[in-house]
Amino acid sequence: MRDEGQGRGSVIPEPVPRNIVRRAVLDALGMPSLVLLASMTGFGSLARESALGLEIALLATAGIWGLPGQIALAELYAAGSEIVAVVMAVSLANARFLPMAVSFMPLLQPGLARRGWLYVLVQFISVNTWAAGLRVCPGLPGVDRRRYFAVFGTVCMTAALVGTAAGHMAAGALPQPVTYGLVFLNPIFFALIFADARDRATAFALLIGAVVGPPLHLVSPDWSLLATGVIAGTAAFWLARLPWPGTHP
Amino acid sequence: MTAEFGAWPLLLLAIAATYLWRGLGVLVSTRIDPRGAVFRWVTCVSYAMLAGLISRMTIMPLGILAEVPLADRLAAMVIAFLVFFGWRRKVLPGVAAGVVALVLLTLARRGGWLGF
Repeated sequence: MRDEGQGRGSVIPEPVPRNIVRRAVLDALGMPSLVLLASMTGFGSLARESALGLEIALLATAGIWGLPGQIALAELYAAGSEIVAVVMAVSLANARFLPMAVSFMPLLQPGLARRGWLYVLVQFISVNTWAAGLRVCPGLPGVDRRRYFAVFGTVCMTAALVGTAAGHMAAGALPQPVTYGLVFLNPIFFALIFADARDRATAFALLIGAVVGPPLHLVSPDWSLLATGVIAGTAAFWLARLPWPGTHP
Repeated sequence: MTAEFGAWPLLLLAIAATYLWRGLGVLVSTRIDPRGAVFRWVTCVSYAMLAGLISRMTIMPLGILAEVPLADRLAAMVIAFLVFFGWRRKVLPGVAAGVVALVLLTLARRGGWLGF
């Protein structure tokens, strides 16, 4: 049951618990919670230094639920930017949630009577939960997919909130180099989650996206992510459709 | 305290503007075929955006990470990858090695151990 994702990494040791809730909790309590706890500690202390209160920081974590957007919020707020500019920057930093939701949410649909639930469950989408969901959910029946995702997401969000609060309270007490490490933890973790993609289209999309991302950022900081996604994603899509040696069309 | 007061409307707008993408994603996802070409294209777009974001955060970070020299950020990322692939693709040792490397490099520069 556990190897749909081509054996990517090792999130939990075997044997797999049979109860789906227990499995989701155990999966989430490992690496994902640890990373969220640490990286949200970085966000919490950044929020405090940007003069954002604890309640604001906590609501930002649960409500925005995407670290790049949260960091943009804290930094632009501290810089005293225009409200429209801040909201647009935060929103565009999180534009990835559109294609991520489109590519993941159909997995949660089978057997769901009330579609409204999808609009609730989609709030849990993050790089973490998306990657875990794509790996685990295809091997589960419909109800269990939703249970797994909801429980996994709840545990992750709880860890993130604890981290945010801890960082907010500890701000100033953390040595500067440690804060650097905590903030950098996020891109490192994201990079390793996707490091062993075996699917050809995915690998092309990751490679081309990584190459064109920074130059496009120089052209337009706000729109660069959307442009990266469309340009690199489209290129990868077409490249993967070429008749590669060893494929069976 | 004026700053604190202004933060609430800002936050609520930012949350709504972020949810817009998620909600739109659900709306679109219920209308396209998950086995079709459009779906595969959207998945490619997701991965491309994530990779672009990761590489931008590493090479051109906003905020406090910009205070860390590019060479140190790249070195930490390379070390994370080396440990990850050298250690049977385990994420935890890779992430830990990268973070520790960045902290040590920063300390080394402050202490003048690197000589530059």
